[in-house]
Amino acid sequence: MNFLTPAFILDVGLLAMLVVVAFAVVRLRSLFAIVMLQGVYSLISAAWFVSLDAVDVAFTEAAVGAGISTVLMLGAMLLTEREVKPVPMRRQWAPLFIVVITGMAMFYAIGDMPVFGDPNSIANATLGVEYVEATKSQIIIPNVVSAVLASYRGYDTFGETVVVFVAGLGIVLLLGLNGNAGKWRAKPNGQDVSQIGAEDAS
Amino acid sequence: MTMVFEHFNFAVVIVLMMTGLFAVFASHNMIKKLVGLSVFQTSVFLLYISLSKVTGGRPPVLSKKELHGYGDSYAKAGDGADAAYKTVEKTAEIIYSNPLPHVLILTAIVVGVATLAIGLALVVRTREEYGSIEEDEIDAYNYQDNLEGVSR
Repeated sequence: MNFLTPAFILDVGLLAMLVVVAFAVVRLRSLFAIVMLQGVYSLISAAWFVSLDAVDVAFTEAAVGAGISTVLMLGAMLLTEREVKPVPMRRQWAPLFIVVITGMAMFYAIGDMPVFGDPNSIANATLGVEYVEATKSQIIIPNVVSAVLASYRGYDTFGETVVVFVAGLGIVLLLGLNGNAGKWRAKPNGQDVSQIGAEDAS
Repeated sequence: MTMVFEHFNFAVVIVLMMTGLFAVFASHNMIKKLVGLSVFQTSVFLLYISLSKVTGGRPPVLSKKELHGYGDSYAKAGDGADAAYKTVEKTAEIIYSNPLPHVLILTAIVVGVATLAIGLALVVRTREEYGSIEEDEIDAYNYQDNLEGVSR
């Protein structure tokens, strides 16, 4: 099998960009840069979805992941802080250990995954093909993803809209609708709480 | 060596996932934690979508010839768009990538943004209450609170 096709080179290039962006997110300390790089990460993964034939997912990821998420995070950042305080090195060894162990366990399981692009793998050979065949005669619209999303699995999509509604409701209950989100400060005993903590630290 | 190339995508996706997980575990800033969670989540989407790819497949959008009776009244308007398909249709059966993981991930993206919004609202509320979004500063304040019993 020939691996040096243009599609494979594009694949490798996009994945390399994703790795660089993800590492930069971990290393950086400016919150603005971190939030914007998260948008870049979503946009690159959307490009990768196009190269993997998932055009609908790419569309949604570019609109929702790179668009709305970035706007939400920028809003939250403007209401809170702009800089990340450095984490001392001794506090990073335990997370690194956990992550390396988890990653090694997943690498161990990689041999059980189907070969990339295999049409006869158990994931690709069964239900997906049936949905494509059924859409031709039952739903009769060109986009199979829309047919499955809105018709065969319509209840899932209904549940998804309920989740979005509940999330919106939760945000309103947390922050209120009076436009003062992030501006209110708790002052027990007439003293700013951040000052109380600072006295103890010094 | 062939096995390395066959599972190349999965290996890189695992590295990306673990990078996101590290950002969740190791950072004390809550917004950076949420960005790490977002990176982790997007990497899981990459894993699912790379499972659904079929070599030589096309996006799961059917051509007009395959749909019995679709868009007969639009035949004129659709001619230009279908010109690209004609070369493919003359050959044998068209292969499509698996649409089912696409549907699952579409749902997951939207639900992911909903949970992210809730998380960010909690961060903004925490900042109102504590004046900080760094976890160790909040811990220090809570410790002080328990020690001296600062009344709210």
